[in-house]
Amino acid sequence: MTTRTARLHIQRGTPGAPARTETFQVPFTPGQSLLDGLRWIRAQLDPTLAMRFSCINANACKECMIELEGKAAYACTVRLREGDMHIAPLHNKALVHDLITEIAPRDERLLD
Amino acid sequence: MIQLETDVLVIGAGGAGMYAAIAAARDGCRVQLVDRSLIGRGGATVMAQMTVSVALGEQCPDHWEHHLADTLAAGRGLCDPVLAQLLCENAALRIREMDAWKVGWARENGHLKQVYAPGHDRARCVYVDFLNTGPAVSRTLRAQLNRIAAIRRIGDVLITDIVVHGGEAVGAVGLHLLTGAAVALQAKSVVVATGGLTRLYRRNSGSLNMGGDGYALALRAGAELIDMEFVQFFPIGHLAPRMIGMDPIMWDPFRYKLGGRLLNAEGEEFADRYGQAESGNYVLTRDVATYAIYKEVEAGRGSPAGGAYLSFTHVPEADLRQAFGPVIDRLAKNGIDLTRMPVEVAPIAHYHMGGVRVDASMETRVPYLFAAGEAVGGASGANRLSGNAITEAFVFGERAGTTAAARAKARAASGWDAKAAAAKALEPASRRSQAAAVPNTAALLVELQALMADYVGPFRTEEKLRLALSRLEQMQRELGPIPAGSEAYDMVCLDWLDLRNMLLVAQCVVLAAIARKESRGAHQREDFPGMLPGWDLNQILSWQDGKLSLERVPAAQAAARTP
Ligand SMILES: Cc1cc2nc3c(=O)[nH]c(=O)nc-3n(C[C@H](O)[C@H](O)[C@H](O)COP(=O)(O)OP(=O)(O)OC[C@H]3O[C@@H](n4cnc5c(N)ncnc54)[C@H](O)[C@@H]3O)c2cc1C
Ligand code: FES
Repeated sequence: MTTRTARLHIQRGTPGAPARTETFQVPFTPGQSLLDGLRWIRAQLDPTLAMRFSCINANACKECMIELEGKAAYACTVRLREGDMHIAPLHNKALVHDLITEIAPRDERLLD
Repeated sequence: MIQLETDVLVIGAGGAGMYAAIAAARDGCRVQLVDRSLIGRGGATVMAQMTVSVALGEQCPDHWEHHLADTLAAGRGLCDPVLAQLLCENAALRIREMDAWKVGWARENGHLKQVYAPGHDRARCVYVDFLNTGPAVSRTLRAQLNRIAAIRRIGDVLITDIVVHGGEAVGAVGLHLLTGAAVALQAKSVVVATGGLTRLYRRNSGSLNMGGDGYALALRAGAELIDMEFVQFFPIGHLAPRMIGMDPIMWDPFRYKLGGRLLNAEGEEFADRYGQAESGNYVLTRDVATYAIYKEVEAGRGSPAGGAYLSFTHVPEADLRQAFGPVIDRLAKNGIDLTRMPVEVAPIAHYHMGGVRVDASMETRVPYLFAAGEAVGGASGANRLSGNAITEAFVFGERAGTTAAARAKARAASGWDAKAAAAKALEPASRRSQAAAVPNTAALLVELQALMADYVGPFRTEEKLRLALSRLEQMQRELGPIPAGSEAYDMVCLDWLDLRNMLLVAQCVVLAAIARKESRGAHQREDFPGMLPGWDLNQILSWQDGKLSLERVPAAQAAARTP
């Protein structure tokens, strides 16, 4: 299988602090998902990268929602591609940390 | 520390936890239902796709005793018959209740449609089309929860320990993931419904939240674990070509409906070499299929990615479309055309038979501590019958909720111990001391999964198991103290907490696997082939004086244990 490289530009930060963008080179084989790439970054380069997901591959939990090139997308169903990909947290939800936003329904939160 | 108080605390909001919450509230208790993920989305329940077994007799005459006979046969002599009977006998009540709540079980000619699944003696399994059982079940239970004011749902809280006072459960402590704040939850009854442990393995069908938390929580609280060596591998997990947006166990329903042919690299059907012939229909049980695929790969007859081929090329396109409609389009998006190509499949960790030891009321040996769903061990013995897991989640969930409520109502005060809670709660990140070197926790998790897959898979030897055990103990030391980290959704801290539980639970699996010197159901020892009558024993693990201790009880004795 051929290995290619995606360049992931990821917007990171916490509320209140100015956001920064970090770039990671991620090798991949065609067919892999963006989530595969993000998990690779955590295991190989930076375990502090904050992101959330549960079902990994099943399109069931809907937790992995992020923005790709400014549009909402599920990280586990978008494919990695060669070249640049710009990833950011959902802009219309409250930021928690890096790619994680507050997505729980209001009546299922501990704090309001 | 954030303080909460309730009558019944339910940990984990999958099928079992949601059912337990509903049942406890129905009996007049205030309930808090807590999940580390979103309510009803984080575990196996929402991911399930197909069969739910129940002797309804809608498709053909049936009785729960036949269902029980099949369940006990699959369990290879190790089921707890009391739990197995509870499951089979109460299945119809729960399935009909779900029907009344409009889950949408598939119907045919005015009755609920029941299909045949391997290991069952007749058509016994209900489902929701298309591959939609889990999402439908979750949605239905969530809708019920939302109606009940006495239930408070709380997501994004990871429970880190049960709080015990005077030998009795009095609540739990946890971590609010979004803020990093410690949470103390005081309760009169506590139900552990955290699901299974398949995240321990590299290739698994489960979610991120299935690292066996509940087993570790219960063990540390003083409860026992039973049958921990029995991890079920699902034989035909998707292997290649890479497929996204679909669960790797999706081929099971295809086999239920359309049969399909399992082939080796030479294009031959091979199941008959391992004692179970197939002729176009799906009769192969999980343990035999797993064994057959491993052996073919070992003999050099595996597919390119290291599994077997599953082929539907002989099935007419119209039949494929009628059976799976929109799923065929999702496959096309992944470049898969079943009329023209086989896919590659291989065994994948799928379910855990073992778990928390409970009596018929779902209570552990720690008073006021209950378990439900896949977190419970014993009902399935050495091998689970397909379709029994969702049923188990419903039946045991309902039972745990009902008895937890009754016990809570009869308990004067919970005897909350603020000191014990504070001792078990996590220090805020800002107050933790910075460890000199924090290991890459994400990399450690990957290593753990590889270790378990390569050394503690379905086929085991003393040598490999011992290597796994010593590496696990070493990883435990490498993990070091909890890192300081940040406040909001600190991934390193979360990984650390997951590793703490996963390493402990992995050791339970390995210890029990080393001790069982025979082969039975999901536990196959290459150095001890064959099932031995002297091993009609259940192995029980407990936490004593800072280490794991293992004892054996005759399987019949485990059965006779009464509340
Ligand atoms: C892909 C897949 C398909 C399946 N298909 C079928 C099928 O067709 N038929 C069948 O019978 N069975 C099937 N099974 C098995 C079945 O789905 C499960 O055994 C069953 O759903 C378990 O339900 P549960 O409520 O016990 O656990 P789960 O549904 O796994 O729920 C456990 C919950 O606990 C939460 N949790 C875990 N740890 C903590 C913690 N520390 N603090 C707070 N919350 C926590 C999790 O986030 C999760 O939400 C399938 C399993 C999988 C993975
Ligand atoms: S990880 Fe569950 S939908 Fe993407």
